[in-house]
This record gives sequence, structure tokens and C-alpha cells, in this order.
Amino acid sequence: MAEPAITLEIFRYQPESGAAPAFQSYEVPYREDWVVLDAINHIKDTLDGSLAYRWSCRMGVCGSCGMMINGVPKLSCATFLKEYSPGPIRVEPLDHFPVARDLVIVMDDFMHKLPGVRPWIVREDPPPEGTEYRQTPAELDRFKQFSMCINCMLCYAACPIYGLKPEFVGPAAVALAQRYNQDSRDRGSEARREVLGGHHGIWDCTLVGECTTVCPADVDPAGAIQQAKLSEALARVTDLLTPWGRR
Amino acid sequence: MRRPADPFWWLLFGAGGFIAALLAPVLILLTGIAAPAGWTGSAFSYDRLLTISRHPLSRLVLLGVISLSFLHAAHRLRYTLPEGFGLERVSAAVAVLCYGAAIAGTLAAAVILLGL
Amino acid sequence: MKEYRRPMPVAWWLRRRPYTFFMLRELTSLLIAVYALVLLLLVRSLARGPDAYQAFLEVLRSPAAIAFHVVALAAAVYHSVTWFRLAPMAVALRVGGRRLPAPAVVAANYAAWALVSLAVAWLLLRS
Repeated sequence: MAEPAITLEIFRYQPESGAAPAFQSYEVPYREDWVVLDAINHIKDTLDGSLAYRWSCRMGVCGSCGMMINGVPKLSCATFLKEYSPGPIRVEPLDHFPVARDLVIVMDDFMHKLPGVRPWIVREDPPPEGTEYRQTPAELDRFKQFSMCINCMLCYAACPIYGLKPEFVGPAAVALAQRYNQDSRDRGSEARREVLGGHHGIWDCTLVGECTTVCPADVDPAGAIQQAKLSEALARVTDLLTPWGRR
Repeated sequence: MRRPADPFWWLLFGAGGFIAALLAPVLILLTGIAAPAGWTGSAFSYDRLLTISRHPLSRLVLLGVISLSFLHAAHRLRYTLPEGFGLERVSAAVAVLCYGAAIAGTLAAAVILLGL
Repeated sequence: MKEYRRPMPVAWWLRRRPYTFFMLRELTSLLIAVYALVLLLLVRSLARGPDAYQAFLEVLRSPAAIAFHVVALAAAVYHSVTWFRLAPMAVALRVGGRRLPAPAVVAANYAAWALVSLAVAWLLLRS
């Protein structure tokens, strides 16, 4: 009896060849317990060693293996072949990013944006000698969800606004900003307002909401952006009513 | 650097979205479907509706619903029209047109409601 | 090495169903605004006297007006449902150090919606 198989149509782009990007079909064994990444590893190992893609942990922690799977951004290590049986399964690099080769995207843009939102604890005064900043479970609860981001870029691939306006700071960066804005030890929210509340900050977002839907870590970046909008709007009203209080 | 005016429009958009979510369905059902279909008996007679509408609170609610519905739509469409229909090069003009229409509608509503 | 950039199609919102529903959600605001204009014209006809009012009611009875209002009602209900679903995202209400679960906020919104609708219907229809 022939082993069951499934077809993967994989986006290929080899810059040195000069050829236009195209889809290449591969037939791989169909196994109930295989995820898409297993199938791609099978292709790389036995069918076509030239295929380029990123992966590392195989368990949804490292955030390297994001791809468009049948048009939806997914972690290929957490997406089972059987969800798409009988196939074919179309695999593309994450939307809205430039493609370096095959399934490998260029994420320099995010790397440049990230420091702009200061994703670290901003605080001038050190904790008292020999102690630490104390934090209650309730204070931790305020930002814990936003700290779960694995920088997989699925939210950017899901965000049509980022596709249309590459200047938009984007979902994950705002969620990370909120992770620190909501941290009781942090004093940087005023400094973060420049990027968040500026042009191509949070106000570019029109709440499509897909960033939250595709997030593999339940970070809810759309919620982070809405909460940032509310606090920025209230801060702007306060700025307006108390012009002497502005920096 | 000049900061964007979006937060103020966004607050108006939010107020409009909320008031429309609460009131638009029931108002459309009553004035647009039930009354023309004749299901409302004498409830929509001229004298009765005029008395209800003239109450200061009614005027305030009507102004709120009408004006904020305009502002709500203006804020949504100023983004959605450029982004959804390839009009990004004229997005500034679309924004002026949307907000301008909403402000004009608000002024018209205020004049009509004051003269009621 | 040369990067490949994929163009964004103009009608990107037809590519995936969630984007299409997003677009529909945004466009409901246009129908609600047009209804607000109709409501304003109704008030204006009241201000202009009984004849103008009767004439406007006649316009509202036309099949085109009824059809518009049926579509606008569907749009308004869709707006309400999506609005109340998304509202808890922006407002992180906290009670006793824990965030109020989204379904509780949505339920409170629906209760307010029902209450306001009944109050308006009572006000306009009581005899």
C-alpha cells in the first residue's frame, strides 16, 4: 500500500538566480503527528537542500518559524498537516516583509523600531541599597500578558495597516511598550509617548484585530494598542487643559 | 514636532460609536421601519412627536446621536477609504472632506434643533 | 543581495474573510451616518409644520426608503455587536487587582443596549 502523501506548494525566491519568485510543489509523507515544519524539514533533508527557512525550537517558544500557511500567518511548528488534509498546503514567507530568500524574511524594520518604544525599565533612581523593587502579584498581572511576546512577527504579517504603511510602529512594538508602561517599576511612559502618540504610532491602527487573533502567545497586541490609545488620548486632553504642566 | 490631532477625533469617534451602538438600531427600527409600515398607531402623529422632540433632553440626545454619528463615520472613513480603495495619495483631502462634512452636519443639526 | 517585495493588492480586504468583515464593520458607519441625516431631515420636517411632516412620512413609506432602513438596521446591529465585542479591549477594568473578564464587560454592554432600546421604544410608543 502506498504511503499517504500531501503536497506543499512552497514560495521560492533565489536572488542570485535572477529568476522571478515562483511556487514549487513537493510531495511529502502525510503523517497525523507532523506539523508543517516537520514536512519542510523533510523536504530540506531528503528532497531539496536549497530550501531556505528559519526555525529553531520546534515548540512555539523561539518565534523563528512564522510563515503564511494557506494565507494565514502561523508558526509552522504549531500547525499540523492534518488541519489542511488533503491539501495542497501553500507556504509563503510572512506577508508585508521583504523576502531575503525563499521563506526567510527581512525583519530589520522591526529591529529599528523596537528601541524607539524603549522596551526596558526606564528609571533614574536605583533601588535602595541592598534591596530590589518590590512588586505585588496584582502589579505583575497588569503587564504579564504583554511580556509573553516571542517576536515571531505573525502580528505584523496579519496587520494590513503595516502592509500599507510600513512606517506604522506595529502591534508587537506597542504591546512591548505597554508591557513596560504597565510595570509599576517603570517611569518611562512619558518618554514612550513620543513614538506611540506621534505620527505612525498607535493612531495608524484601525483595529482590524487580526494581530490578536494570530498571536501564538495570547499577547493581545490589539488590546495593548487600544489601551495605549485611551491613555494617550486622556494624556493629550490633560496636556490641553494644563498647558503649564507640559515638559 | 507637531503632535497628531488624532486623539481628539478618536475620542469623538469613540463617543459616537458607543451612542450609535446603543441607539441606532432601535431608532432605525422605529422611525424607518415601524412608523412607515403603520405599526405604531398614532404614536408618530405630528403633535405628539413634536412635543417629545421639543423637550430639552430630547434635543440634546438628538444632537448627540446625529452629530456623533457623523463624527464617528468621518473618523472611520478617513482611514478606510484611503486604505481600502487605493486612495492613499489623497488621504489628506479625504480626511478634510470627512471631518468637514461631519462638522457641517453638526452645525446644521444644531441650527435645526434650536429652531424646533 | 536583492530583497523581494510583494505588492499589497488594492482590494486586500477581499483576500481573507476577517479582513472583509473588518471592511464591512467600517462601512456600517456610513449607513449609520446616512440614517442620522434622515433623522435630521425628519426633525427638520417637524420644525416646518404638519404638512412638511406628512410629506416626509410619505417619503419614508416609499419602497426605496424602507429598503434603505432595512439595510441600515442590519448595519447598525452589526455595528453594535462588533462595538460591544471590541469595547473591553480598550478599557482594562480592574476589580481587586484582577482584570474584569471580557465576557462580563460585553454582557454589561448588552444589558445597557437592551435597557436603552426599551426606554426609547417606551418613550416613543406609549399612549
